Amino acid sequence: MRDRARPRGGGAELPGPILVLAVLAVVFFALPLVGLLWRAPWSHAWTYLTDDAALTALRLSLLCSFWATLMSVVFGVPLAWLLARVSFPGRGVVRALCTLSMVLPPVVGGVALFFALGRRGIVGQYLDRWFDIRLPFTTAGVVVAQTFVAMPFLIITVEASLRQLDQRFEDASRTLGATRWYTFRRVTLPAIRPALIAGAVLAWARALGEFGATITFAGNFPGTTQTMPLAVYLALERNPEEAIVLALVLIVISFAVLVGLRDRWFGRSDQRDPTVHA
Amino acid sequence: MVLPLASCGSDASPSAGVRGDVTVFAASSLTDAFTEIGDAFTAAHPDAKVTFNFAGSSELVTQITQGAPADVFVSADESNMAKLLDAGEQAADPVVIARNSFEIIVEGGNPRHITGVADLADPSLLVVLCAPDVPCGKGAATILSNAGVEVTAKSLETKVKGVVTKVTAGEADAGIVFVTDVIAAGASAEGVSIPDDVNVISKYPIVVTKQAPNPDAATAFVAFVASGAAQAILARYGFLSP
Repeated sequence: MRDRARPRGGGAELPGPILVLAVLAVVFFALPLVGLLWRAPWSHAWTYLTDDAALTALRLSLLCSFWATLMSVVFGVPLAWLLARVSFPGRGVVRALCTLSMVLPPVVGGVALFFALGRRGIVGQYLDRWFDIRLPFTTAGVVVAQTFVAMPFLIITVEASLRQLDQRFEDASRTLGATRWYTFRRVTLPAIRPALIAGAVLAWARALGEFGATITFAGNFPGTTQTMPLAVYLALERNPEEAIVLALVLIVISFAVLVGLRDRWFGRSDQRDPTVHA
Repeated sequence: MVLPLASCGSDASPSAGVRGDVTVFAASSLTDAFTEIGDAFTAAHPDAKVTFNFAGSSELVTQITQGAPADVFVSADESNMAKLLDAGEQAADPVVIARNSFEIIVEGGNPRHITGVADLADPSLLVVLCAPDVPCGKGAATILSNAGVEVTAKSLETKVKGVVTKVTAGEADAGIVFVTDVIAAGASAEGVSIPDDVNVISKYPIVVTKQAPNPDAATAFVAFVASGAAQAILARYGFLSP
């Protein structure tokens, strides 16, 4: 961050009122975290952390959020590309549809997934009858619920980046004889990589914290569907101290990823920008 | 036992002093019944206004101990009320205003022909229960152990409504929930009764909080909930008399 600020002329020239508002915003986000740290039962923390149930939930959370992110990238990037590059009637409607789950209360999203993929659902009944596939109450169901709420974050980020990208680079690649696929892989993808990573991280973070759609669609069972947020919620009923410790674990992990990836990848994106727009 | 109280609710004349806002923090299982009781209360006391905050009992206790401006607190179990008493947040001793028992919830029409708790042991049935950390799960665990039945649940829900949703959506075949939840679910669900000797009865205590901004109206509201008019409403939603 510091390295980045210097070539741009430093951050100290911000107008006073803006700086004050920015600092207030930082305090607004920092205070609740400080509150958690303040109330955390440090002397018992290790006991709660090494609890089998907590470790199982953590492992499941990492596994499911990884798969949800992967699914979001695999399906989200082509969708973002379609939305950014192909003009077709009803594109606005499709875009709204694919980001609907961002505004839908997650619990409603979970019920909607029942109606689509549950054993009585529009498609789910055939999955059940023909392929013996049942998603509710399974780990795969958790991944589906998380992907449903997380993918829009990736779609929006990647689509915005594709729209900003100067298409002449792709055109040049095509005129030089590269195939569409080669151009996509060697020109488009590298150019949008910072946005792709940012989108993937956002989607991952959303999947990691997912609660409502997961509990509704996949249920809560230790080892198969009980992710960290569900374990934290139940711990809150039983022993608030334990809930704070478990929540802090989630926070530390997401912090490590968010801070680590941002500095690494966004620094590059800033250096790249001037060349792209040149 | 409740009938003599009916006279309290009907004499509206000495209630002229009841005015202002009453904020009632009530367990979410009381949502429908208490909304109706609130209307009846304001009909009897036109100068008063009742505002409800419905949530899980433990969330409500946290909110009150953190300083939320509640006049009245109604818990769905005695242990959460005990948490409030431990924090010294009550103005008087709590009074039990309703009781609730458990039923097996199945889809409307009972397609799997479940007749009692013993049927839940069938491994081909998809059973969901509440987690043992929440009141409905504690009750279900006690019932199953009373009946000597071992059940492998597919999910341990964090809220009783989670069990209801999964059964009414057809994703689960059966669950154990409060009688009032089965009634609230309407035609999409059906209850299979659990005999008294294995069933668990939960009590709903009510109390005026120590920090009540409007203690007079709060006391009047608590008295009203004990009255015949309010008790009749509670009975209609499936609650047992205290």
